Amino acid sequence: MNRISTVFEKASGPILNVYATAGFPKLGDTMLVLEALQEGGVDIIEIGMPYSDPVADGETIQQSNQISLDQGMTVALLFEQLKDLRKKVQVPVLLMGYINPVLQFGVERFCQKCQEVGVDGLILPDLPMAEYEAEYREVFEKYGLYNIFLITPQTKDKRIHQIDAVSKGFIYMVSSASTTGAKSGISSEQALYFDRINQMNLKNPRLIGFGISDRESFLKASSSASGAIIGSAFVKLLAKSSDLKKDIIAFVREIKGTN
Amino acid sequence: MTYQVDEKGYYGEFGGAFIPEMLYPNVEELRTHYLEIMNEPSFQQEFHDLLRDFVGRPTPLFAAKRLSEKYQTQIFLKREDLCHTGAHKVNNTIGQILVAKRLGKNKIVAETGAGQHGVATATVCALMGLECIVYMGAIDIERQAPNVARMRMLGAKVVAAQSGSKTLKDATNEAMRHWINNPVDTHYIIGSVVGPHPYPDMVARFQSVISEEIKTQLMEKEGRNYPDYVLACVGGGSNAAGAFYHFLDEPRTQLIAAEAAGQGVGTGHSAATTFLGKSGVLHGSRSLLMQTEDGQVIEPYSISAGLDYPGIGPMHAHLFKTGRAHFYDITDEEALDSALELSQLEGIIPALESAHALAVLPKLQAKPQEIVVINLSGRGDKDLATYQQRLKL
Ligand SMILES: Cc1ncc(COP(=O)(O)O)c(C=O)c1O
Repeated sequence: MNRISTVFEKASGPILNVYATAGFPKLGDTMLVLEALQEGGVDIIEIGMPYSDPVADGETIQQSNQISLDQGMTVALLFEQLKDLRKKVQVPVLLMGYINPVLQFGVERFCQKCQEVGVDGLILPDLPMAEYEAEYREVFEKYGLYNIFLITPQTKDKRIHQIDAVSKGFIYMVSSASTTGAKSGISSEQALYFDRINQMNLKNPRLIGFGISDRESFLKASSSASGAIIGSAFVKLLAKSSDLKKDIIAFVREIKGTN
Repeated sequence: MTYQVDEKGYYGEFGGAFIPEMLYPNVEELRTHYLEIMNEPSFQQEFHDLLRDFVGRPTPLFAAKRLSEKYQTQIFLKREDLCHTGAHKVNNTIGQILVAKRLGKNKIVAETGAGQHGVATATVCALMGLECIVYMGAIDIERQAPNVARMRMLGAKVVAAQSGSKTLKDATNEAMRHWINNPVDTHYIIGSVVGPHPYPDMVARFQSVISEEIKTQLMEKEGRNYPDYVLACVGGGSNAAGAFYHFLDEPRTQLIAAEAAGQGVGTGHSAATTFLGKSGVLHGSRSLLMQTEDGQVIEPYSISAGLDYPGIGPMHAHLFKTGRAHFYDITDEEALDSALELSQLEGIIPALESAHALAVLPKLQAKPQEIVVINLSGRGDKDLATYQQRLKL
């Protein structure tokens, strides 16, 4: 069984999913960051595969992508860095990135590598559902990968049901119409949207992302979903930390309320 | 073989709509409505009235006698440089703003490279009283200063794109991000035949007025409704798409595209996508794309800001792949020479972009009785600083 499903089945509290850009702040930091996240008690890890033109991302993640690329990060190097992943990290791992580097690596070869190192799923925001179903689903499933889809406040009910039908693991609920890191906090309007989705009886659980930055917004989001995703706030921490391991563990414990 | 888009939004293997879910409602709304809107008689009426009375269409098809003599063939210039605002870009912005209004949008966002599309967008926004934000690469803001001033004078807000290479590609990223953040009241007016379906097809249809007029004008002047060659420069490919459109299925017409080779295809400072690109996804469609082995987009280079783009529209990738269009790589130097030549032989100062199309002439070897139509996509006013410097004027 895919580790992602297990996490949702066994969870006793809200699920915390943290995004970290691979090869950031230093090229060789990827595994250190993952291990520290696990030690802090994170439930799911999203590793960002850097891309030159990340249109769904705000400034913080864009910059981390560019720094990582400038330091020499590539898809091939990332898989190399992750080769002992499953000796050290047991939490589910998703790769998040854009479709072009995956296409150039070769879709099947990419999926095979994911399975080899123990990646559980993918988030590719510019791979839309129709393309996924027509061209990618079969290969992703062959290698046991869950593809995570996004929904937004503008997504129509009919489409949400379609997305729910092809989704496995969870649905990524974008909290507001925005790129990553644009706004923070959760408004009453957003709470209404969260409730509306909650009442749709979807088969997949939801995690809420975009604009979640601290314990307060994490708890608020988690009250209307299975948990939440933190990206930009964590990348900001990575950018300024002088003791990665200590700061990461403290960050996760603070959010989860286990410190 | 068809050169038109299919119902899934593809030209052969190129095209599609690779967009994040945040953009899906907007793009889907456009996809399901654009043809219906464009076919409404009231839309057609308004579009053509504005093209005539505001843009100044039809633009002339000018028999360039001295140029023809020099190259020993019959050369006609399609004078898009005479369009209001100075380039073909306005054909598309007029069309799109009318679509935006019918979709109930009251704000417009656009990207721009040379500033021509930005000016054309700011112009139609002023005309229609809609709010306008234009993203422009920080480097382009410097090298196309007159157009920045024009946009501001027209009431648009010009925002510098500071990410990546700080040119057209990054301005496009920023415009897309702006649209993601403002999905309800904003329409994104893309400036070329790029982006997710239905943009390439919609923009090509708006620009197709160019070849529609060429057909009629050639019939009047030469008694035949097709040329032997149509030449156009390709940045994203909108002026070329418009100039080719009604000849796509005319086997007697050879379609010739000029790409910016910058300092030369092999120098690492180039924007010649069909020579240097591979199939990939950027800005919502699958097309030919200049990229590293790892799939990172390569920052292009051209002296011409309007051609300084790492991709081409999916329609052109298909025309290239099928061999329907022939692509030439034109260096900065060749374009500059041709700009000077046209200025002094015909009294027309072309845009640097259009000069790339002119620079195909010495390589074409057209026969004396053959008809060559060159799409003169824009005028050179915006490029005077570059001409002054590079031609030592
Ligand atoms: C005069 C002129 N020609 C051509 C272009 C290139 O665009 P496209 O390839 O879409 O026609 C531009 C772009 O700014 C332009 O200003």
